Amino acid sequence: MALATPVLAVLATMVFGGLLFAVLGKDPLQSILTIFWQPLFGEFAFYYRPQLLVKGAPLVLIAMGLALGFRAGIWNIGAEGQYIIGAICGAAAALAFYPLEAWWIFPLMVICGGLGGFLWAMIPGLLKVKFGTNEILVSLMLVYVAEQLLSSMSLGLLKNPEGYGFPGSRNLQQYASAHNAEIIAGSGMHWGVLAALIAVIFAYVLLTRHRLGFAIRVTGEAPRAAKFGGVNPARLVLFCLGASGMLAGLAGMFEVAGPAGQITIDFNVGYGFTAIIVAFLGRLHPIGILLAGALMALTYIGGDIAQSQLGLPAAAIQVFQGMLLFFLLALDVLTNYRLRFGAAEVA
Amino acid sequence: MTALLDLSGVTKAYPGVVANDHVSLTIQPGEVHALLGENGAGKSTLVKMIYGLVKPDAGQMSLNGAGYAPADPRAARAAGIGMVFQHFSLFDALTVAENIALGMENAPPMRQLAAQIKAVSETYGLPLAPHRLVGDLSAGERQRVEIIRCLLQEPKLLIMDEPTSVLTPQEVDILFKTLRKLSAEGTAILYISHKLEEIRSLCDAATILRLGKVVGHCIPRDTSAADMAEMMVGSALKPPQKAAGPVGDVLLELRGLSLPPASAFGMPLRDISVSVRAGEVLGIGGVAGNGQDELLSALSGEAQVPAATVFLKGADVGRLGPNARRAAGLLTAPEERLGHAAAPDMSLTENAMLTGAARQGLERNGLLNWGAARSFANQIIADFDVRTPGPGNAARSLSGGNLQKFVIGREILQRPEVLVVNQPTWGVDASAAAAIRQALLDLAEHGAAVIVISQDLDELMEISDNFAALNEGRLSAVRPAAGLTVAEIGQMMGGAHGMEVAHV
Repeated sequence: MALATPVLAVLATMVFGGLLFAVLGKDPLQSILTIFWQPLFGEFAFYYRPQLLVKGAPLVLIAMGLALGFRAGIWNIGAEGQYIIGAICGAAAALAFYPLEAWWIFPLMVICGGLGGFLWAMIPGLLKVKFGTNEILVSLMLVYVAEQLLSSMSLGLLKNPEGYGFPGSRNLQQYASAHNAEIIAGSGMHWGVLAALIAVIFAYVLLTRHRLGFAIRVTGEAPRAAKFGGVNPARLVLFCLGASGMLAGLAGMFEVAGPAGQITIDFNVGYGFTAIIVAFLGRLHPIGILLAGALMALTYIGGDIAQSQLGLPAAAIQVFQGMLLFFLLALDVLTNYRLRFGAAEVA
Repeated sequence: MTALLDLSGVTKAYPGVVANDHVSLTIQPGEVHALLGENGAGKSTLVKMIYGLVKPDAGQMSLNGAGYAPADPRAARAAGIGMVFQHFSLFDALTVAENIALGMENAPPMRQLAAQIKAVSETYGLPLAPHRLVGDLSAGERQRVEIIRCLLQEPKLLIMDEPTSVLTPQEVDILFKTLRKLSAEGTAILYISHKLEEIRSLCDAATILRLGKVVGHCIPRDTSAADMAEMMVGSALKPPQKAAGPVGDVLLELRGLSLPPASAFGMPLRDISVSVRAGEVLGIGGVAGNGQDELLSALSGEAQVPAATVFLKGADVGRLGPNARRAAGLLTAPEERLGHAAAPDMSLTENAMLTGAARQGLERNGLLNWGAARSFANQIIADFDVRTPGPGNAARSLSGGNLQKFVIGREILQRPEVLVVNQPTWGVDASAAAAIRQALLDLAEHGAAVIVISQDLDELMEISDNFAALNEGRLSAVRPAAGLTVAEIGQMMGGAHGMEVAHV
């Protein structure tokens, strides 16, 4: 059942998404085909296929970290903020040495990006451990702080001095030592994709074979039993938030150094939030997240194609993606509970 | 005379088990009727049907000669049936009167209700101040809230599910006086218990259930406890064999252990000093909620305790966490099986890993050896006769008794030097309980110190060398268990918890 619901959710999304597109006056079958078929096997698939990796990598990287916490009942909703901070820190590390060319600049960016996301996630983590604040609220609100910081950076400290006054930093794609270039040209395979794969493998081993992964799973299932089994809840909160923050920060750093190229006001496109859908769609399981990330990337790219070819509004595509989470959660509820109409029995 | 309640051929099946198989039962007005049986015999299902919580698959029920089929508990209450559950459904942060009002269909204004509560509590010798917070009440007083809530509806039949498990002996006496008075006024009582002596002193008639079927009726006053036990279990029980082994060195010592309460309505531990020697079984009695859980978590390492209060073999282990204490030889088994001692939805293998990792070598450098955990789980299942298809099954799928055997077995097989168990046989059927007690005695015989925290005094008297009682977070002086009288034990447990003023 746990494996069947994501598949059913995708099918239900196709049906109701088709209805939605029909109401908007588009051919439903063609719209669905455009979204799911064109990127993989369409005329321009050679262009879109690498894009799948580019879009999927940050989603998988972020979702993998989030899933660790979600498994333990620790809800980091602020990956978007950690992603932004990771990007800012990574870019700032590189720009601090511009135009110096050296082999260690890119590794330094990786460290700074991960560290930035980690520290940003430590804010809700420490507040929760010390004062019992709700990590959902704090991490979410820090997203908006991070967005303001992003604007400030693109207009101020990190602004390109040779940018003719336009907001935004220098383009890191034109800075060889800092450029997160494709490992194999034309494949879309950049260092972030590799990092996502490593994260998936690492998380898989952690969850199935390591004491810490076991602690995460027991805490999610039965917190008191976990404490009885010797899990320190505070340390686990810090680990889960720190790990997810670090991975989100890395995703931001790989994005700014590669596909995006520069820090701009609208640098973030919601990967941090979409990753929540990816994590649940993938059943919080490493392999599932890999597949869900690929599927989500498909709807992004397919959605873009549908926008340009069929003139579907961007909002309709977002609703379509939201439906996926909605149906998944609804089907989960229906697998565990049965709807009963009529008077409720009072126990 | 028409019977008050008459059940004939009532049957209820759940997937895989017939909980009640053609059960017939007749209760006369004013009769105190005992429903006897082991856990899982079908007592709860039967009373749930009478109280409208469960619908029978087949069979008839009639009340005062008329057909009776309550759709829900509200209908049952309207028909004059009240029930006091074993587990109370009260809100700690509300007053007695507010709690009672919440359970009523048309609650009168608070002042009037308070007066009613006062009147009923005085009539029946159950002193209770309507304006006190429930969180501040003892278990016995909480039970009185539940009883008075029922009595305000003037029931014709009062169902009581194991009411004495949370009471001191003195409180039991007072409860029985109340029940006898009710019965003399014509209220019938259906009394569920497996404490045979209580039933012999209180009840007029008894129906005995085994595996969902009625296996006998008797007049408890004229039947010996041994005969009733045999009817319940189906065979004569072997009492645990206790060898008075030589008592060795002090293994565990508490010196002035105090602990603030973990929550607003928790119980603090106050200056507890006690020591347990190798080969000794120390029984700790007391009414629920007097610090049992807190004592266990102070010993397991879940609660942080001050330095120099808990000593294991002379070394201060107070600042150590649960796993460091396990490694040092101090093992524990908490009362709540599902969610505390075991993770409900995880497999038995994973639950074996939960506490067995350190001592059983199931972990190396943080990497878990699941093969070893599975064989450890299999060993527990085999040695402690845990009935389950295999170690891959979820803890939740086991019956209470089987899971308890698994939890106790998991700790015993790790060869503890000190084992602390809380309510080791709570909700466990008689044969499993006997097996668990025997295992604890065997462990002590092999040189471990064992602390058994329990509310079952018979159990404690059966297996303990020494006895102490917890009352309001304080531990009484330790006394040899042999030769203690029930009255002395009652005094150690704190007497009647403010019942001295009872108007009875």
